[in-house]
Amino acid sequence: MSSTDFYAQPGEATEGTVYTAMGGDWGEIAAEQAERSDEILVINMGPQHPSTHGVLRLILECDGETVLSIRPGIGFLHTGIEKNMEYRTWTQGSTFVTRMDYVAPIFNEVAYCLAVERLLGIEADIPERANVIRVLMMELNRIASHLVCIGTGGMEIGALTVMTIGFREREMILDFFEAVTGVRMNHAYIRPGGVANDLPETGIAQLRDLISWLHKHLPEYAAFCNENPIFKMRMIGVGHQDLSACMALGVTGPVLRSTGYNWDLRKQQPYCGYETYDFDAIAWTPEDGWDSSDSYARFRIRLEEMWQSLKIVEQCADRLEASVGQPVMVADPKIAWPAQLAVGPDGQGNSHEHIKHIMGESMEALIHHFKIVTEGFRVPAGQAYVPIESPKGEIACHVVSDGGVRPFRVHMRDPGFNHLQSVPIQCEGGMISDVVVAVGSLDPVMGGVDR
Amino acid sequence: MSDDKPASTPPADDKAPGEEKTVDSHVDDGASAPGAGLEREDAQPDEQLDAVAQVPAGPLVIETRRGMWSDGSGDTSGYGRLVRAVELPNQGLPSDGWYSSVTSRLLRLVPDALVRVVFDRGELTFLVAREKLTEVMGQLRDDAELRFEFLPSVSGVNYPDDSGAELHVVYHLQSMTHNRRLRVETTAPDADPHVPSVVAIYPAADWHERETWDMFGIVFDGHPHLTRILMPDDWVGFPQRKDYPLGGIPVEYKGATVPPPDERRIYR
Repeated sequence: MSSTDFYAQPGEATEGTVYTAMGGDWGEIAAEQAERSDEILVINMGPQHPSTHGVLRLILECDGETVLSIRPGIGFLHTGIEKNMEYRTWTQGSTFVTRMDYVAPIFNEVAYCLAVERLLGIEADIPERANVIRVLMMELNRIASHLVCIGTGGMEIGALTVMTIGFREREMILDFFEAVTGVRMNHAYIRPGGVANDLPETGIAQLRDLISWLHKHLPEYAAFCNENPIFKMRMIGVGHQDLSACMALGVTGPVLRSTGYNWDLRKQQPYCGYETYDFDAIAWTPEDGWDSSDSYARFRIRLEEMWQSLKIVEQCADRLEASVGQPVMVADPKIAWPAQLAVGPDGQGNSHEHIKHIMGESMEALIHHFKIVTEGFRVPAGQAYVPIESPKGEIACHVVSDGGVRPFRVHMRDPGFNHLQSVPIQCEGGMISDVVVAVGSLDPVMGGVDR
Repeated sequence: MSDDKPASTPPADDKAPGEEKTVDSHVDDGASAPGAGLEREDAQPDEQLDAVAQVPAGPLVIETRRGMWSDGSGDTSGYGRLVRAVELPNQGLPSDGWYSSVTSRLLRLVPDALVRVVFDRGELTFLVAREKLTEVMGQLRDDAELRFEFLPSVSGVNYPDDSGAELHVVYHLQSMTHNRRLRVETTAPDADPHVPSVVAIYPAADWHERETWDMFGIVFDGHPHLTRILMPDDWVGFPQRKDYPLGGIPVEYKGATVPPPDERRIYR
């Protein structure tokens, strides 16, 4: 036990006694503090704490184990993505936004691309098959993201099995993503105008396998957790936040729906053709005198939303089977990149027809290809704000164009950024162990929060 | 300029002079409003349309450009003397939908609230003077006909060439009651980067305003604790401003160098 404050600036006065928990036992600190009878313990939790979902820093003031005040500190994963996008073409923007909320990358890409498409005025021209693929990828990604939330949330309260099976299912989904986009994460697959390429030939078969796998394994979560007394004791009543607090603090997604308010942008403001799919928006209504609006309700909503997503995925699979061979990129050659790609012997995706055309037949086509890849396309001046329903809540992209080949300004409204504002209202007055549960139920991903 | 229109008339103000004198004399009541002269059943009373028509509605010019390349680089394109104004387009308020009724309702609650009304690509934007911002936001949230009770996002945009209004703050509002979305925009000059905080009205703006301060250096007066949120506390400068350098290192390969992205010649 050391009493030196490693983190103080040179010459900075230390207030009170400094305890360092690194490699030590929390019990020793508690005993020492009880001896000293310090009234309030200031605890710095994170940014490297395993249960803060990445590099979130929480500064707590505790009286014993009761949290008196808690202040989240963010910014440890700020990478200047929005600034960097101003120096790349509109198409390259996909590659940047996908790295924001890396647990739900498809949603970043869709929000960005829908905003760019609104500026281009081609919202109505996106091919039907491209929209179906977008919905398919989004809903699979929603399942994967909820699995991470439930899995890591379970791990943090000691339910390690939930984490291991959660990552098992997620890995199946990522395998499918890899077959379609080439990578497990950071896809840059959704592009302005459509998607980067069509499903591979074996895509539908692999999708059917995935659907049956999920049908077989998704019930396990309900069986393990729903009525598990320890799970319920840790979750029920923890992280309570009612509807008015959600409204005031800009909270959306499962956290808002856990208050019983059925707000889902897929239903309220449909995009990508969601109005044509059969599914329900899930809200948790109070039952048995229990007020809901808590971590357990959010867990149950996520569980049910995975089933609804699976229902949409099945409808997508049917539509994709019916639309094989249709285009997946907008027809305008001034915007579209070649999207009929095939994997060559070198493992790289290429469009052989396109290469034959530009290299062997038409010099103008080669010039055009060179221009659209290096220079990019121009987007008419204006601004657009397009919100969509990500697994965490409303993710939206505010895009400003000055008519050039690069974005003038891109701002991503990440749900986690808003949700972390509500950590104090959920945690103050509770126990320190409940902080972990409450933060886990908010499902923040720091890549998206800090951007 | 056509002969039948005096050059001094603003493009949107095509009402006869004097009509707007009756603005405050009516209580808005759709059922009892005089029906004479109304062409549509759901039309607003005349004086409200007048009030909406008073607000300038032209495009917003944000930049004037020369040539095809970034400034300061040799323009070999032959278009070096081309001068273009970059403007954010404005299609004018549509006659159907909720757009003009919300605009006139706000104007009745807060006269002279709007500097400009922009309708573009299905999105409605109110440009509001910063002196009026808190009043406007308060009414937008509280009035039963407006009821934009949810503030999902606040961000900034830096238009270096929009002189006197280099810094824009953009608020996106959502009415869950009416299922409508609205953008409110206010501006501040570089020399006096102050905008009133709306945290007292929308607590959700707290972190967003901190981020906008952090990135653009816009001071939100009345914010409870305006500190940096993403950048380190002792950081100097505001990274999202257009004049803030990326700080890249030139890449050297076989004697030739490629400058960092913000110093390269760019298309536009």
